[in-house]
Amino acid sequence: MSSEINLTLQVWRQDGPLAEGRFATYEASGISIDASFLEMLDIVNERLIESGEAPIVFESDCREGICGTCGLMINGQAHGPQKGTATCQLHMRSFNDGDHITIEPWRATSFPVLRDLAVDRRAMDAIIAAGGYISVNTGAAPDANLTPVPKETADPAFDAAACIGCGACVAACPNSAAQLFTAAKVQHLNLLPQGQAQRWARTEAMVETMEAFFGSCTNHGECEEACPKEIPIDFIAWTNRDYIKAKVKNRKLAG
Amino acid sequence: MAQAITRASAPPPVRAAPRVRLPWPLSIYQTAVGKKWVMGLTGIALLGFILVHMTGNLHLYEGPREVHEYAETLRNLGTEIVPRTWLLWAMRIGLIAAFALHIHSAYSLSRMSLAADQRYPGGRNYIAASFASRTMRWTGPIIGLYLFYHLADLTWGWFNPDFVRGDPYHNVSESLSSVPVAIVYIVANVALAVHIFHGAWSMFQSLGVNSPRYNHLRRYLAATLAGVILAGNLSFPIFVQAGVIDDDGRSFVEELRHHGAAEEDH
Repeated sequence: MSSEINLTLQVWRQDGPLAEGRFATYEASGISIDASFLEMLDIVNERLIESGEAPIVFESDCREGICGTCGLMINGQAHGPQKGTATCQLHMRSFNDGDHITIEPWRATSFPVLRDLAVDRRAMDAIIAAGGYISVNTGAAPDANLTPVPKETADPAFDAAACIGCGACVAACPNSAAQLFTAAKVQHLNLLPQGQAQRWARTEAMVETMEAFFGSCTNHGECEEACPKEIPIDFIAWTNRDYIKAKVKNRKLAG
Repeated sequence: MAQAITRASAPPPVRAAPRVRLPWPLSIYQTAVGKKWVMGLTGIALLGFILVHMTGNLHLYEGPREVHEYAETLRNLGTEIVPRTWLLWAMRIGLIAAFALHIHSAYSLSRMSLAADQRYPGGRNYIAASFASRTMRWTGPIIGLYLFYHLADLTWGWFNPDFVRGDPYHNVSESLSSVPVAIVYIVANVALAVHIFHGAWSMFQSLGVNSPRYNHLRRYLAATLAGVILAGNLSFPIFVQAGVIDDDGRSFVEELRHHGAAEEDH
């Protein structure tokens, strides 16, 4: 097996949020199979710059799957064909020589394209700002194990907290629903004792902010498949349950 | 905290807040998750009806007299407490309300999702979404149109020249003996089963019924429900066509009425 492959890329090029977008075709020859997907794009960009063309704009930061900055729709699949990884963890060995690869940005009305493959994901920040935090006076460092958390509770809380907020769930969802992102961000706090004080206010505020920007979940399950952290859709069900409880409890609390 | 409270500026919302905030608990229905709850709860009601309807229709295999007796039993439900057919009508009104809410929530949630979604010109690869889940917005209207036809055909008798009011056995065997009508019933009931296959699983998620220990059973339950309802409902057009359900054009109820009238004359 050759360690280098030749690819044909179909890349979405768009000059700005209001500009008309189009697909541009690039030949990516002599790509090492050990290169990551983003490194492949770096190589293509170097060549574009050398030939006097504008490089393809895409976002990335940590390049080890923990920051959630990168995210591309690769051949119609969010983060590409490899399960449980972000685009940066996808390597060119997942492709064959001569493959055609279509690369698009995340698409949702609330994810306007900034340029080429970079989208504005601030709608997700708005959901976090609505309640994805705990307001506590931290004071001095607490003693270890001061707040006991059963392992059965800590496990799903950790699973939910693994969300890196990349937006793949929205991109993969045929409804552009942000249910998995919101559910993960709601549940990783709602499951833990520290999150209980603001549990009902958080659930109501975050879900309703989500509904202002994103579509409605119809339980396709595409988000779970696309998620680089393999967060299960069980959290969506738990959040649906918490939301109706919150609607009752918040009314009682408001008097 | 100040950092957390400062709102990140985001693109304009896709969905405007409702103009009039309804009083609680109606305000729950103004939210998408609330609508999904209504969708799930009305789905359970409709599913219950479909299951009972299909099971009750199995009386067709016993004969015209038994079907008539079953119809009378339904009309006489609750006669110990309320006048005849009142309880049946109460159930019908509940069913119509559930159906209306199911359609309205589906319609407004679909509009919300269509506004939020953008197409991928390069195409999209489906991995988890099933044929059933992706065709809910098609199978739903098909079932709605079929339901109207079904009522017009067998309850109101608009399309059937041999229609006899209040004789289900006669009407079913007369209607479904026509090949095009039988095909309509078969196609519509396949759509219904496909709709149930996704709906009966999806409602657990929407209603927050999720327990890792039992989650795998939800798919089996949905498949079983869809399969049982499909088998039962498809059997009627097939067995009418095969001549198993057939009264040779003689209406049992009409004969009963003549007989009763004749007895009164004597």
